[in-house]
Amino acid sequence: MTEHFILNDLDPEVGERINLARRSLFRRPAVMAVAASVPLAVAAASTEAFAAGGLPKQVVDVLNFALTLEYLEAAFYKEGVSRSGLIPSKYRALFRTISAHEAAHVKLLKAALGSAAVKAPAVDFTAGGKYPDVFENFETFATLSATFEDLGVAAYAGQAGNLIGTSVLETALQIHSVEARHAAAVRPIIGKAGTPNAFDKPLSKKAVLAAATPFLA
Amino acid sequence: MTQIFAPSRRGLLKWGGAAAGVMVAGSLLPNFGISAALATDLGEGDVGVLNYAYALEQLEAAFYSAVVDSPYSGATKNEIAVLADIRDHEIAHRQFLKKALGKAAIPSLEVDFSAVDFTSRKSVLGTAGVFENLGVAAYNGAGPLIQNVDYLAAAGSIVSVEARHCATIAAMTTGFNAKTVGAGIVDRKGLDDSQTPAQVLKAAGPFITTPFTAMSLT
Repeated sequence: MTEHFILNDLDPEVGERINLARRSLFRRPAVMAVAASVPLAVAAASTEAFAAGGLPKQVVDVLNFALTLEYLEAAFYKEGVSRSGLIPSKYRALFRTISAHEAAHVKLLKAALGSAAVKAPAVDFTAGGKYPDVFENFETFATLSATFEDLGVAAYAGQAGNLIGTSVLETALQIHSVEARHAAAVRPIIGKAGTPNAFDKPLSKKAVLAAATPFLA
Repeated sequence: MTQIFAPSRRGLLKWGGAAAGVMVAGSLLPNFGISAALATDLGEGDVGVLNYAYALEQLEAAFYSAVVDSPYSGATKNEIAVLADIRDHEIAHRQFLKKALGKAAIPSLEVDFSAVDFTSRKSVLGTAGVFENLGVAAYNGAGPLIQNVDYLAAAGSIVSVEARHCATIAAMTTGFNAKTVGAGIVDRKGLDDSQTPAQVLKAAGPFITTPFTAMSLT
């Protein structure tokens, strides 16, 4: 069982080496060029938590980035909670609830993006064999869970500035704090403080993708 | 030193006592009524938002300081250490905001925790849970009011810590379950609570005796 956290292992140069263009999910949909010309007021008029359609390009980029992470988390928990014998009974309700939240985030972001939404990525939670027992060993599962949640917290925090003045900022913040609840609920299970610092550090998109990429097949 | 509130691998630690029935002080007291003429105003724009956050962090820091100075009956060493960590985080938030505000900072607020029974684990953790969840809802609701991108980033670095505290307090109260991650607060869309300054100040008001107004925060 590795004690390493992905975030602690981050090699700053890894991000530089990643060829994002190879990964279709990070490719910008053609529809965005059209969407960018639609005024934000259209989005603000929607009664949905996230407005459907008419989102500026920068917002679409941020939401697709968020959606990618949510896809990853949702797939991870869906698989985890489906495995009998993986999660001890006393933690089952916790992980089922987290799983439901991540699935809800995917649904929300997909609805917000409409046809501009990226597709779910192919995933490999063994990270190419680094975590072969991820769905057999609860400690490995919980370690990756905490890693993904901390990554999610840092990712949303890092993108808040790109959403300033938009109708979707509040909703993004409302997802962000849920990820933080998850992180602090899971970290103690693997012997880590729920709140390691008085201030959580935001991460750039590049750093987040570098950490997430090993789990994308 | 960061303390870990860890569940025992063998289930030795049981955080007994259901949260149901916990009375929190805010629900027992009348609404915050003040005379605007005598009050300090939080201010306009980003200063107003930062002072609003500063007021809440003062409240939290004062609360946890009182808790740690005189722990509730039966508090374990580990519980006190966890609560001391949270206190330190809130103090760090308070001092950060005070420094960011400089001369625009509102004065130190007088607080009133007479509705909290500091000898009771239930009362203390119940109140802590209310303050933390209120903090999360406050930052989420105030985020869109912030115009400066650096202040937004700072608020983002603080709100997730408040949310982490929510989980820790919930775990201390009911163990590791759906409530630990906000069941009953997080909605069906997976969204956390978000409240306007008016809503938050109405809830926090009974704990603050220093008169202040939020004329420009809507």
